[in-house]
Amino acid sequence: MPKDEYQSRDFKVVGTRPIRPDGIDKVTGKARYGADITAPGMLWGAILRSPHAHARIRGIDTSKARAIKGVKAVITRDDFTYQPEDSDMADILDNCMAGETARYDGHAVAAVAATSKSIARAALAAIEVDYEVLPHVTDVDEAMKPGAPVIESGRQQENVPKGYSENVTGRSQYGHGDPEEGFKQADLVIKRSFKTAATHQGYIEPHACLATLGSDGQGDLWVCTQGHYMVRNVCAGVLGLDAGQLRVTASEIGGGFGGKTHVWMEPTALMLARKSGKPVKLMMSRDEVFRATGPTASSSVDVKIGMTKDGKITGAAATYRLQAGAYPGGIAFLSAMCGFAPYDLENVRTEGFEVMTNRPKAAAYRAPGAPMGAYPVESVIDELCQKLDLDPLDARLKNAAREGTKSSYGPTYPAIGLEATLKAAQSHPHWTAPLGPNQGRGVACGFWFNFGGDTCVSLMVNPDGTVSLSEGNPDIGGSRASMSMMAAEELGVPLDQVRTIIADTASLGQNEVTDGSRVTFAVGLATIKAARHAVEIMKERAAMTWGIDPEAVDWRDGAAHPAGPNAGKFPPMTIKEIAAIASNTGGPIAGHHEVNAEGAGVSFATHMVDTEVDPETGAVKVLRYTVFQDAGKAVHPDYVEGQFQGGAAQGIGWAINEEYIYGDDGRLQNAGFLDYRIPVASDLPMIEPVILEIPNPGHPYGVRGVGETSIVPPLAAIANSVSRAAGVRLTSLPMSPPKVLAALKAE
Amino acid sequence: MVAVRLWGSLAELADGQQTVEIEAANLRQLLDGLVRAYPALKPQLERGVSVSIDGKIYNDTWATPISEESEVVLLNRLVGG
Repeated sequence: MPKDEYQSRDFKVVGTRPIRPDGIDKVTGKARYGADITAPGMLWGAILRSPHAHARIRGIDTSKARAIKGVKAVITRDDFTYQPEDSDMADILDNCMAGETARYDGHAVAAVAATSKSIARAALAAIEVDYEVLPHVTDVDEAMKPGAPVIESGRQQENVPKGYSENVTGRSQYGHGDPEEGFKQADLVIKRSFKTAATHQGYIEPHACLATLGSDGQGDLWVCTQGHYMVRNVCAGVLGLDAGQLRVTASEIGGGFGGKTHVWMEPTALMLARKSGKPVKLMMSRDEVFRATGPTASSSVDVKIGMTKDGKITGAAATYRLQAGAYPGGIAFLSAMCGFAPYDLENVRTEGFEVMTNRPKAAAYRAPGAPMGAYPVESVIDELCQKLDLDPLDARLKNAAREGTKSSYGPTYPAIGLEATLKAAQSHPHWTAPLGPNQGRGVACGFWFNFGGDTCVSLMVNPDGTVSLSEGNPDIGGSRASMSMMAAEELGVPLDQVRTIIADTASLGQNEVTDGSRVTFAVGLATIKAARHAVEIMKERAAMTWGIDPEAVDWRDGAAHPAGPNAGKFPPMTIKEIAAIASNTGGPIAGHHEVNAEGAGVSFATHMVDTEVDPETGAVKVLRYTVFQDAGKAVHPDYVEGQFQGGAAQGIGWAINEEYIYGDDGRLQNAGFLDYRIPVASDLPMIEPVILEIPNPGHPYGVRGVGETSIVPPLAAIANSVSRAAGVRLTSLPMSPPKVLAALKAE
Repeated sequence: MVAVRLWGSLAELADGQQTVEIEAANLRQLLDGLVRAYPALKPQLERGVSVSIDGKIYNDTWATPISEESEVVLLNRLVGG
């Protein structure tokens, strides 16, 4: 069996719960986030944003702003003289600084750099923009209609049938069999339509960066991001720089959840730095974060499912319409792939439409598209179970995908863990706990792919035998701890002998963004292989010292040992002893590994939640929540549990409170946490995480990603719980008190 | 020949065939062969795809081997958060 495939073993470090290496810095305020860096002579940047949802920019007069003392640079799109050929890069440039058209409320139209924040603000106020206001559309269903205001012509892909608005830029279809035939075999068929609102990832730390860029093309960028290599590549592509001349360092990160997998303003900071000749610091306000960075897509979905009396799903179909914001792209295809993925179906068909609107460009929010994929499907399955008097866990088990199931999106599954999560849910005390008046219990399943990608790791054995590990992915979920643990496990050394850092873009090869739940899988794989590389070198050094062949040396418990009696009798050489004589045996010792890590294992979860509905106000209270998820192997269970709990908490906000509210004028009405209500601690019960470990056959330790699947089931699980508590099916998120009350009254 | 399953809207661009056969021994040959046989697929293949080979999903590794018995499914290019 190849060494990079799963092999059962007894772990010494992996699976334990050591203290978090970044904890002290974070709780004492020493950790350096995006806004925490300054530079001598630094200027303050600020961005002027469109107040209109859709407007032609007839002209921008910056003369009064430039005349203000302390203003060192004023830029508009005219300053971005390099025009990227790549359409994705061109879109990012246009999103960072509008060209001829402002496409949404909050779209950047000009920027300044000044010696103080107050001067920068005054300069923004002095810029005069001549707008011609255009018709706008912010609703996905309205945007699809022929005759809707078109955000940009000519962006429709070849896969969109005739008859749709040009705002419909992409379409995808998945499935197999014949759903219509399946519906004929069903005892009950339910068809419903659902809506979900756009929600923001709600990360605590707004976007921030510090940029320098000289006339020689050399620059440095300190930035809060989920992927500093991506930031480097995009900024270089947008500005026409050589990537190698731009060094990007990732700050500590105060949350991302997908919202920091994009570039929203960094090219602007670099352009201000180039024009002023000074370092420029640019920080978004919370208002800007809401108006100008990507929330997840809102959705409009039709679902139809047929089921027999004994709970077998005979036919399934869904159409997903997701708004992508002001640029082409979108994630409806992921909704279409994920919605029915937990189930073994003979007849299933899904369709996804990507739709442009006059909203900020939509971004990922953990498993992009999957929550909107699962919510309508799991809601209708729940309603079928109610009407057919079936146990919702039994019904899901009856239809559960297993090893060998042909998935709804095409491939046949290898070993997967859905059935284990459902059985764990069935046997958990939560499932049989009594409910009170106006209370309901909901369950739902969810699926996410996980993936790997380009990854580099370097592992240095220091002269004293300690280990320094460099990875290139910002640590948003405990990767420094996990990598240290996997390196310690592989080397056989105590965990406190290993320290992991996040290297800048000049220090390692290309690394993909911290997304797709890829880091523990892919960087972990590279860490294990880098450690194994270092071990081979250390075995060679021990062999050289003993005068035997390297093949006659074993490595265990942090030391080289003669492989057997024929290898000779030598006392073990520890890593410390080998490191101490490294200069005498060939020089410094380091292992490294570079890989495009493919073959990540998919992940499933089942969520169970109890809610209580106040029949007088429509308010929903979450009483109890349990997450059952397959982690493959939990390297540091504390962090895994945190991912489970975090996804559930965010899902509670998405399901009950959060939504982007647009006025008739197309402007965002609630761009702040006072009016956009995310859950606070007092809104949440203890969320109980139940970790299941069904090893991923494609990873040496069996690791699967865990960061995204936990956001997939909550919308449906909570909607099912509320619908059962209220006695009426809720089909629109968020289930805010006015909506719930209206549904109760309609009933 | 390798049987390659296409998603619905791609099948429409491949003369309506849900499954097409391509002479290929690895991922690069597969993608090149698809463009040669079905030029209408080129825009999507240039935008990017993921490929499931025997249940494992691959994005870029050209040398990934494919056998005639392999289950090969084209997918939209996966993205994450």
